[in-house]
Amino acid sequence: MHTTLHLLAEAAPPQMLPARSLMAFTLASHIILVPLGVALPLITLIMHGYGLRRGDATALLLARRWSAVMAVQFAIGVVTGTVLSFEFGLLWPGLMGRWGDVFGIGFGVEAWAFFLEAVLIAIYLYGWRRLPARTHFLLGLPLPVTALLGAFGILAANSWMNTPRGFSLDSEGNPVDVNVWKAIFTPMFGPQYWHFVVAMLVTAGYVVAGVYAVGWLRGRRDRYHRLGFTVPFTVAAVFTPIQFMLGDSIARAVFQKQPVKFAAMEIVWNTDTHVPEYLFGRLHPDGTVTGGIKIPQLDSILAGFSPATEVHGLSSVAAADRPTVAQATLIHWTFDIMVGIGSVLLLLAVWYAFVWWRRRRLPASPWFYRSAACAGVASVVAVECGWITTEVGRQPWIVYENMRVAEAVTGARAGSLWTMFGLVVVVYVFIFGSFLAVLLKMRTRWRLDDERSPEAGAMVTPETDTPYGPRSAVAAGDSPAPGDGGGAAPTRDGRP
Amino acid sequence: MTAAGVIAAVLLLAVAAYTCAGGTDYGAGFWDLTAGGAERGKRPRWLIDHAMAPVWEVNNVWLIFVLVIMWTGFPEFFQTVFSSMWLPLALAAIGIVLRGAGFALRKPTRRIAGRRVYGAVFAVSSLLTPFFLGAAAGGIASGRVGPGTEPTAHAWFNPTSVFFGLLAVVGTALLGAVFLAADATRYEAPDLHAYFRRRALVALAVFAVLGAVTLIVAHGDAPHLWHGLTHGAGLVLLIVSVLATLVTAWLLLRPSGAWSRPAAVVLMGSAVLAWGVAQRPYLIPGRLTVAEAPGAPSTLHWLIVVTVVAAVLVFPAVALLYRLDTRGELEPLTDADLRGGGPEREG
Repeated sequence: MHTTLHLLAEAAPPQMLPARSLMAFTLASHIILVPLGVALPLITLIMHGYGLRRGDATALLLARRWSAVMAVQFAIGVVTGTVLSFEFGLLWPGLMGRWGDVFGIGFGVEAWAFFLEAVLIAIYLYGWRRLPARTHFLLGLPLPVTALLGAFGILAANSWMNTPRGFSLDSEGNPVDVNVWKAIFTPMFGPQYWHFVVAMLVTAGYVVAGVYAVGWLRGRRDRYHRLGFTVPFTVAAVFTPIQFMLGDSIARAVFQKQPVKFAAMEIVWNTDTHVPEYLFGRLHPDGTVTGGIKIPQLDSILAGFSPATEVHGLSSVAAADRPTVAQATLIHWTFDIMVGIGSVLLLLAVWYAFVWWRRRRLPASPWFYRSAACAGVASVVAVECGWITTEVGRQPWIVYENMRVAEAVTGARAGSLWTMFGLVVVVYVFIFGSFLAVLLKMRTRWRLDDERSPEAGAMVTPETDTPYGPRSAVAAGDSPAPGDGGGAAPTRDGRP
Repeated sequence: MTAAGVIAAVLLLAVAAYTCAGGTDYGAGFWDLTAGGAERGKRPRWLIDHAMAPVWEVNNVWLIFVLVIMWTGFPEFFQTVFSSMWLPLALAAIGIVLRGAGFALRKPTRRIAGRRVYGAVFAVSSLLTPFFLGAAAGGIASGRVGPGTEPTAHAWFNPTSVFFGLLAVVGTALLGAVFLAADATRYEAPDLHAYFRRRALVALAVFAVLGAVTLIVAHGDAPHLWHGLTHGAGLVLLIVSVLATLVTAWLLLRPSGAWSRPAAVVLMGSAVLAWGVAQRPYLIPGRLTVAEAPGAPSTLHWLIVVTVVAAVLVFPAVALLYRLDTRGELEPLTDADLRGGGPEREG
């Protein structure tokens, strides 16, 4: 059950492809929810705090609505996250069996951070109506911290897989003398962690702001939309330049610590100085590159600030120890797309800052709002690309230079894995489709409410409001208390 | 006690906590499934929606805790279990997704047809997930798998596994009904209180019978487990569980039903602990001992530290949540709360 090295010599075991596809699919799906999970509580709390401080009913309404979105998002995130922890065992038992005790402790931190987050989020989501406004807000405040702690655990585990440390190998190749501290704080941990956290803030900010940018473009230019746009967009815009610097520093860390991955990211074939930079392009098995834009010397300059910097090429290691040509081309593209999106977002943030600096107002150009509307989707794409770059770039290693993916894979039959993959795809399409439908439905419902209430007060038919039967016991006095100063607890008489 | 022993105890406690907390949730799903058509099942479902909502995500996190302790503390055990019981665990994982998503998406959906679909998904997976988790536990308890066992139906489709699976389903139904009966009192719905109390009694009776049968099955099919349950600490815990069954029945028969919740938790908790203690000194009877399987010593020590920190931070938080919840301080936002007051126009 330990090593399947003899298998490796010939070909990858048949269960590799389905196992990989399943893992990639579930992670790629889960990662869409992560920015909202990590950063939406912070953005909501900023809005909430602003509303409480200014007694601003619009801000409080926005915060309440965002927390309703958070509720659905968090619930879906919990289950897709649980699936991932099952998959560690179902797909990569070899990884967990041999290395679980070396890098697992990060997950231990993540588990209790997540536990706290689940508790606090439950209190926050369900505390609006009956907790005192101040208590409710204060109980929400630790939420972003728990989110950061959770990310700490996950990123500790992932960066360990990239630059494994904190153990030595015995004669059979099993890890001994585990040093947990070193295993958590590996060389890639810092760069990966900060790059990730800021990516989440930026992405969540642009995604939320994008919704209101669309509203602005459709002519809804009230205070509600302005506030809903400004707060998350400002958060994202402030962090965008920071992310640019962090991105640059992580690329250099990869150059130092994982030279082969760096070579694949930049499709460098031969170790050399004065290495050119390719924007896109395609790598061929003989080491040539076709297509793309070639910028002489730039890669060496970016890697080490000087054209004389030596960059390791893919051919410096055996073919079995490096990403394939197709993988290298893939991550070169995802890397370039990520950097490209980051650069465009930086321009957008500069535009915003410039107008604010000169005129103390939001930009008026529709093009600004069109770009802002796209920024959310673009940053999600950037997150996906960044993740592909770091995971595919590690191939064929699941633990860099210590264990191949093929050694870790489950012994389950390829057929069972393909079946499960198919099942999971169906289930996820159903879930994410429903998730999107629910969000759109909520948005439409709120918009209709907003448009209707000035005239007639909200009309609610029994069919739309209480399909599952009497909410009356809970919701008897359900009208919002208009002009409720604190606003956080709209009604105290919700329940008899 | 060695560090590995401490971690094994923590693992067992986490499993017991998940059985009680997560089990209550699955049980609510069971009663959702059996509540009848849209009209007849309206009120029970309304209660299930409201009573579960604030706590269910928290209840789910126990499972992640269990998995993390397994792979960090006993990597070989984790590898063995997930390799050999591939199918039931894969199905349980899919059940968990469907269940969580079904429940989460039903709340904000307002069309009756949509709610039916999500409700059905939620309820059916509430039944299948505990069964498969129970079956995997039965496979472990009967010592059918060991390091190196390939995925095989034999590991999880055998008398002990099937009865463990059934026990898990009925146990969750019991917990669900007991908690919902108490919640009905909190929501001032006496009819629902009687409704769930009756169901709790039925579930309790079935659980007791199934438990006795499982014990008899274990005598032939899982001899180590049988021996552990009829001697020493395992026997004590088993007796506690039996006594708690009687006490729960008596409490449920009284009109108020007060204190039935803690009694039911003791009943389930001690049953799980009895199983774990009966396996001593094995993680998998006859195949893998606690002493053979632990991870690196320094990792175990840090895992203990992490657990202590978790206990210090998490328990007050969970206690606060349950306290706020049972005092009725937690309520979902209604549509009215999310309704704007007509945004002022700017131009």
